[in-house]
Amino acid sequence: MRIPYYPGCTLSTKAKGFDRAARDSFAALGIELAELKMWNCCGATFPLSRDNLLDLSGPVRNLAAAAAESDKLAVACSTCFNVLKRSNLVMRNDEEKRERINFFIEAEYAGTVEVLHLLEILRDQVGWENLSKAVKKPLTGLKVAPYYGCMFLRPPKEMGFDDHENPQILENYLRALGAEVAEYPHRAECCGNYIVAFDLDATKEMSYMILASTRRAGADLVVTSCPLCQFNLDRWQGDLTMKRGGFRPIPVLYDTQLLGIALGLDASAFDLDRHYVDPRPVLREKGLL
Amino acid sequence: MTDATPITRVLIIGAGIAGIQAALDIANSGYEVVLVDKEPSIGGRMLQLSETFPTLDCAQCIMTPRTVEAGHHERIRLMTYSEVLAIEGEIGHFTATIQHKAASVNWDLCTGCGLCQEKCPAKVSSPFDRGIAKRKAIYTLSPQAVPNKPIIDRESCTWYTKGKCRLCEKVCPVHAIDYEQQSSTTQVEVGAIILATGYELYGLENLGEYGYGEIPDVVDGLAFERLLSASGPTSGKVRRPSDGKEPKEVVFVQCAGSRAPETAMPYCSKICCMYTAKHAMLYKHRVHDGNAYVFYIDIRAAGKRYEEFYHRAAEEDRVLFIRGKVARVFREGDKVVVWGADTLSGETVEIAADMVVLATAMVPRAETKALAQMLGIPTNEYGFLLPADDNMAPVETARPGVFLAGAATSPKDIPETVAQASGAAAKVLSLFAQWSGVPQAMQALAEAEAL
Repeated sequence: MRIPYYPGCTLSTKAKGFDRAARDSFAALGIELAELKMWNCCGATFPLSRDNLLDLSGPVRNLAAAAAESDKLAVACSTCFNVLKRSNLVMRNDEEKRERINFFIEAEYAGTVEVLHLLEILRDQVGWENLSKAVKKPLTGLKVAPYYGCMFLRPPKEMGFDDHENPQILENYLRALGAEVAEYPHRAECCGNYIVAFDLDATKEMSYMILASTRRAGADLVVTSCPLCQFNLDRWQGDLTMKRGGFRPIPVLYDTQLLGIALGLDASAFDLDRHYVDPRPVLREKGLL
Repeated sequence: MTDATPITRVLIIGAGIAGIQAALDIANSGYEVVLVDKEPSIGGRMLQLSETFPTLDCAQCIMTPRTVEAGHHERIRLMTYSEVLAIEGEIGHFTATIQHKAASVNWDLCTGCGLCQEKCPAKVSSPFDRGIAKRKAIYTLSPQAVPNKPIIDRESCTWYTKGKCRLCEKVCPVHAIDYEQQSSTTQVEVGAIILATGYELYGLENLGEYGYGEIPDVVDGLAFERLLSASGPTSGKVRRPSDGKEPKEVVFVQCAGSRAPETAMPYCSKICCMYTAKHAMLYKHRVHDGNAYVFYIDIRAAGKRYEEFYHRAAEEDRVLFIRGKVARVFREGDKVVVWGADTLSGETVEIAADMVVLATAMVPRAETKALAQMLGIPTNEYGFLLPADDNMAPVETARPGVFLAGAATSPKDIPETVAQASGAAAKVLSLFAQWSGVPQAMQALAEAEAL
């Protein structure tokens, strides 16, 4: 199977390991993630003002490019997924905007592509049972805290692929890989998002709440599919360790990195050394590296 | 239309406080009543309540005289554990087909001694106690049930599920247990019908932000009533469901599923402000060192002595009222953490509570819709029965001879329900009086006296 794939800016720069692990893992599962020939930044936020058609035209260009190849578009990053999926709905449902954006970007796109997150493809195309069968190195003994963040699931009426209050997709995914799921209450709470740019303390506070909760739940590591969440949760743990008595740093990995490891792929290209909190010791301890 | 004389007998569907009130009014005026309820005994929601606002009367104490009167009334025929399958005909001549579900107990023989319930080994979660306590597989809703005859829940009885036991049959002194009993149908002829099918609470499983009903110490208002009730599973002691500990911090969340046009019901459920104030007050009366917090959008205390009642909760009983909504409720250790906003101070609030009580929206019972369709009575988009006219004909319906009472038409408290039930009864009685020639008789009497 071949699906057009939108990596996005972060996966081409800071989170190359996320991208590499995605492509390698899907290849191992028999799915070619074929990078779009011409893609541009999704804009990183879905424009909320009603007349901001310029910011919509960016993501729509990518969608139109995908439509030339297929009726599907695979996305790994939660934020890109959010922006692309919601922009697609505008093109599908709002005739007036559709006309104006198409006129501007010189395309004839009508929202026909189905924007899919990699986890959705695993759930709906591959299936958890088949995934489980493909696992060569089950993550036995590894207790993982699934972290959704907010953009992946919300707004629920538009994202709509899982329950925003009690999502299960990451849990089922982790179980399929043989990991144990750490249950904690803050898996769909905000990590601080872009607030990190102007109120670092607030972000640290929010990240601490989430991370401390994962530790209380006995997690060995946290997994997410959002590069900004990954950054916010990972980056400040050194500070938190100094300021918060008893806090023990916890590695924050991308979902595809764990997938690649479980599929028995060579993890040396997954940039495991580029995380602030080094995940390698715990992975080695569990015999996974 | 048939030429036969119209039938001066009424069918009342639903034997809660609305149905019983209407039944007693009509029966005491000399006409016959058929009172149907799907539960094994009458009394409805009110028998689940602990005390009523704003007087703090014991609900059972004011209800049981009525259930007993209805149970013994020579002109009221009770048909409990029964459901209306079909209704045909028109005003004056309705024929209702009513199914008495198989109770597995011969009620004509049963004396209500209660030995079977005592000995029954199978225990299941009790819907009457809102899942916070267990009942036996053979059961009555309460020791004061009217009629005081048990039924066997075939889904939990081990004789039906595993083919073992028959203990109740052995201990029954009058051999009333009948495992082979089938449901039976009866037809009744009536001239008018009152629908009083009552309400249900919006399910906790719909409220994701409050844990989908999966957190044991997050309960709805009726469950808390059972905890407060002297005849409830804890004999009125406040004990939280998860571990039976006395909760010291209790958070009450109003408008859980009400006034939420985006996510749930857009309407105000009307009774929650008052019963939540009552809950918090009664909790403080029972747990003196406990703290009660109430999150509210605004307090709607429009009713006689309602505002005073709310002030009493806040001032005398020191219930802390916080104006704002609760965004999330989640479990952390053995606490239930509540995140909310205090919109008066503009601060966010976090409370590590022991228990959370959600004042969930009042919604019509699911069966009401089918009944309305059977009778051709319109419902609104949420399933509440619609009267012929909201202003001038609030108990009449689009179908002549069919009347409405109670919370099946919209959220209502007890006084309003009773008033509406008496109103519906008056409408039925005015028909019956005409049909049985009372006005002519009165006129004749007046003429005779004038002579």
